[in-house]
Amino acid sequence: MTMANDYFFGKPEIIEEKVDILIIGGGMAACGCAFEIMRWAEGTGLKIKLVDKAAMDRSGAVAMGLSAINTYMGENDPADYVRYVRNDLMGIIREDLVYDVGRHVDDSVHNFEEWGLPVWKQPGDEGKRLVDGGKPVRSGRWQIMINGESYKGIVAEAAKKSLGIENIQERVFIVRLVTDKNDPARVAGAVGFSVRDHKFYIYKFKCCLIAAGGAVNVFRPRSVGEGIGRTWYPVWNAGSTYAMAAECGAEMTMMENRFVPTRFKDGYGPVGAWFLLFKAKAMNAYGEDYQEKNKHTLEQYGKYGKPPYGTCVRNHLMLEEMRNGFGPIYIDTPTAMAELAKNMTPKQVKHLEAEAWEDFLDMTIGQAGVWAGENIEPEKQPSELMPTEPYLLGSHAGCAGIWVSGPTDIPGVPSHWSWGYNRMTTVKGLFTAGDGVGASGHKFSSGSFTEGRIAAKSMVKFALDHKGWKPEPVHSVHDLVEEIYRPVRTFLEHKDYTTAIDVNPHYITPKMLQLRLQKIMDEYVAGVATWYRTNAKMLEVAERKLEMLKQDSLKTRAKDLHELLRAWENYHRIIAAECHMRHIQFREETRYPGYYYRTDFPKIDDDKWRVFVNSKYDRDSGKWTFRTEPYVQLIKD
Amino acid sequence: MPTYVRTDQCDGCKGRDKTACVYICPHDLMKLDPDGSDTGHTMKAYNQEPEQCWECYACVKVCPLNAIEVRHYADVVPLGGMVQPLRATDSITWTIRFRNGNMKRFEFPTRTTAEDSINPYAGKPEVNMDEISNPGVLFTRGTHACDLSQFIHS
Ligand SMILES: Cc1cc2nc3c(=O)[nH]c(=O)nc-3n(C[C@H](O)[C@H](O)[C@H](O)COP(=O)(O)OP(=O)(O)OC[C@H]3O[C@@H](n4cnc5c(N)ncnc54)[C@H](O)[C@@H]3O)c2cc1C
Ligand code: SF4
Ligand code: SF4
Repeated sequence: MTMANDYFFGKPEIIEEKVDILIIGGGMAACGCAFEIMRWAEGTGLKIKLVDKAAMDRSGAVAMGLSAINTYMGENDPADYVRYVRNDLMGIIREDLVYDVGRHVDDSVHNFEEWGLPVWKQPGDEGKRLVDGGKPVRSGRWQIMINGESYKGIVAEAAKKSLGIENIQERVFIVRLVTDKNDPARVAGAVGFSVRDHKFYIYKFKCCLIAAGGAVNVFRPRSVGEGIGRTWYPVWNAGSTYAMAAECGAEMTMMENRFVPTRFKDGYGPVGAWFLLFKAKAMNAYGEDYQEKNKHTLEQYGKYGKPPYGTCVRNHLMLEEMRNGFGPIYIDTPTAMAELAKNMTPKQVKHLEAEAWEDFLDMTIGQAGVWAGENIEPEKQPSELMPTEPYLLGSHAGCAGIWVSGPTDIPGVPSHWSWGYNRMTTVKGLFTAGDGVGASGHKFSSGSFTEGRIAAKSMVKFALDHKGWKPEPVHSVHDLVEEIYRPVRTFLEHKDYTTAIDVNPHYITPKMLQLRLQKIMDEYVAGVATWYRTNAKMLEVAERKLEMLKQDSLKTRAKDLHELLRAWENYHRIIAAECHMRHIQFREETRYPGYYYRTDFPKIDDDKWRVFVNSKYDRDSGKWTFRTEPYVQLIKD
Repeated sequence: MPTYVRTDQCDGCKGRDKTACVYICPHDLMKLDPDGSDTGHTMKAYNQEPEQCWECYACVKVCPLNAIEVRHYADVVPLGGMVQPLRATDSITWTIRFRNGNMKRFEFPTRTTAEDSINPYAGKPEVNMDEISNPGVLFTRGTHACDLSQFIHS
C-alpha cells in the first residue's frame, strides 16, 4: 500500500503501460476509431487503450451538441462531394482522402441513428430510419438536421461500450510523443500527466492515433475580457494534434490554411440553417446586397471568383464591405421568418420559431444568451454578422493538418501517396484522423468519426504486421518527467522571490504566455487587427517574436495541476502557431482571400501554387524545412 | 462568459460517486472547494477560470441540484438575460428570460433510446480478416454506391 502523501505536486507517481495501440483523444475521430477497432482486433489479443484529457461524454468540439450533421451523401455520389470540397477549398485537396470519407460516411450516420440520435425527417417519413430510405430534412446538399443536444454522449456511449471502460483513461493530458531509440522515424511512446492526481503516464506502443482536435485561441479572440473563452471552435482544443505530430517529425501539409467563420456577432451562433434552411439574406447597414456590390473585386481571383463561391470568397465580399465602412452587416431574420410564415398555421409558425432557437441551443448556447441579454427576438429584429478570429482545423471548412498515406484502391492516385497504411503519417506507427488529417476538409462530425474508423482498421493491420516489435523510447523516463514538470520546479524554486505570485522576473504564467502569442499572431500573422492581412516584412517580425516566445516558454510556471495543463496547452499552441506562420511565409500568394491576404502577393497563382505545401520540423534545431507536392486531380471537373 | 454556482443550492455532490460538474467540464474549470479556503464556501464548487468558459453548459446540464447557472460574459452582454436548461433522459427544456422580462420556453427531444442501452455490435456482421487491407469496406459493410466513371482514370 502506498501512502497518500508519497506522491504530491512535483513528485508524481510514474505509471508505465505497454499497449499495442494507443488512441489519443476522445472526440469524434477517436470514438469512431474505438467503434471500428475492437471488431478487427477481436481474437487477435491486441491491447488497446484510449486517453482523453477530458470526459468523453462531453469532450471535444461536440461537447455542447450539434444541430446538424454536415456530411451525409444520401442520394448524392461521393464524386460530387469531392467536387464540392475542392471548390470550397480553392482547388487544393487530397481527392483520394476526401473520396474515402465520402464513400463510408453514411454508414456512420446510420449507426448514430440506431444508437438513438434523433434525425429530422421529411413529412410522411417520420419514424422511418435513414437506412430504410427515410428522407432527411436537408439544410443544404450535404447537411441533415438533427436534435443533437446529446450527440456526443450517444457516440461516446457506443465508443466506451466498444472499447470496454477498463481500456479508457480520462483526464490524462498527453504532452508529447517519443520516437524509437533504434528508428528515429518511428513513434514508440507518448507521455502525459493526470490533471486530477499526481500521476505521470508513459505509454509504449506499436502504433497510435493522434486525434486531439484543432487549434483554438492561437489568435487573439475578438472579445478579450471575460468573453475570451467564447471562441467559435472549442476553446480547449489547443493544437495538440499538430504540435505533437510536428515535434515527432511528421510532415505537415497545408498549415497555411485556416478557417475564419462568419457567424452571429459575439455569440458566434451558426448561420448555416438560417441561410440554407430559413433562406435568410445578409445585407449591409443600408439594406444593400453587398455580395452583388463587391463582385468586381473578385476579378483578381480568376475562376475562383465565380459562383458557387468558396466559403473564404464569401467572407471576402463581406470584409470588403466592412473595411469600406458600410457595416454592420446584418442577417435579415425577420423577413425570412415572415416569408416562411406566409403559408403556415400559427402552430407551424411556433414550431418554426422553436427550430430557429434550437439551432443555437443545440450547439452555441452562448448566442441565445446574447439574444436574451440584448432583447433580440429574431422574428422582430435582425442580427449582426461578423467573421471570427482564425482557427486551425482539418475537419470543418478548413484543411490544415498532417500529410497522410491514403487508400490504395482509388484510380489515378500517385503511388507515393500511399506508402503503407491508410491515414498513417510520415512517422512510422503514427496515425491521425479528423482535424489531424490535412488537405481534406469538410468531414465535419460524421466524417471525422468515419476517418477514425478508417484509421482503426489500418492500425490493427499495422500492429499485427509488427507483432514481434518492441518499442524502446529514445528518452529515459527520468528525462521526460524532468521536462514535463519543469514548470512546477520553476514555480517552486522562484515563488518566494516576490510578494505577488503572478509577477516574477523568473517566470511567466501560462495565461500571459497565451496572451503574448495571441498578440503576435493577431498583429503580424493576419489576425483581426489587420483585417486578416500580412506580408513578408510583418512575418519576419512575427518570426523573431515567436522565437523569443518559444524561449520564454521554458520559463512557464505551474502553481498547480490545472496550470500545468495550461502550460503545456499553450506550448502546443505556440508550435501550431509557428507552423501556421511559416507556411504563410512560404506560400507566396493569396490562395484564400477572406481567410487571409498576403498583400505582397495579392493574387491566386495557379501556375506556381496549385501545390500542397508540406513542412517538417526538427525539434532539436528548431528548424523548419519545406517542399511542395503537385496537386493531382482525380475526379473530373 | 462564465458559469456560477449558487451557494444556496450546491452540496458539493457529497455522497455521490462523482463531483458531477468537476467530472464533466471539458476545460477543467469547475473545482470543488472542500474546506472553503478558496472561496469562503466550504464543500461547494466554483469556476476557477471564468474567462476560459466556453459556455457549453455541460456542467449546468449535469448538476443534480441545478445549482449552476450562467451570467453571460460581462464584457459583452447586458445584464438580466438568462438561458437555463432542464435535462430529462430523452428531452431537454430551455427557459429563456430576456433582459426586458419576456420569456420563452422550448422543449426538444435528445435521444430515442434509453441511456446506457446501446449495444454497438448487436446484429452487426463479423469481420472477414481477408478484407483487412481492403480500404473499400469497413466492418459494417455499408459503403455507399460509387460511380467510378466520375474518375479521370476509371
Ligand atoms: C461550434 C461548432 C459547430 C459545428 N457544427 C457542426 C455541424 O453542424 N455539423 C457537423 O457535422 N460538424 C460540426 N462541427 C464540427 C465537428 O464538431 C468536428 O469536425 C469534429 O468534432 C472533429 O473531430 P475530432 O475528433 O478531430 O476533434 P474533437 O471532436 O474536437 O476531439 C478532440 C479530442 O481530443 C481531446 N484532446 C485534446 N488535446 C488532448 C491532449 N493533449 N491529450 C489528450 N486528449 C486531448 C479532447 O478532449 C477531445 O476529446 C462543429 C464544431 C463546432 C465547434
Ligand atoms: S454538480 Fe452541482 S451540486 Fe455537485 S458540486 Fe457541482 S455545482 Fe455542486
Ligand atoms: S459551461 Fe462548459 S466550459 Fe464552462 S464551466 Fe461549464 S462545463 Fe466548463
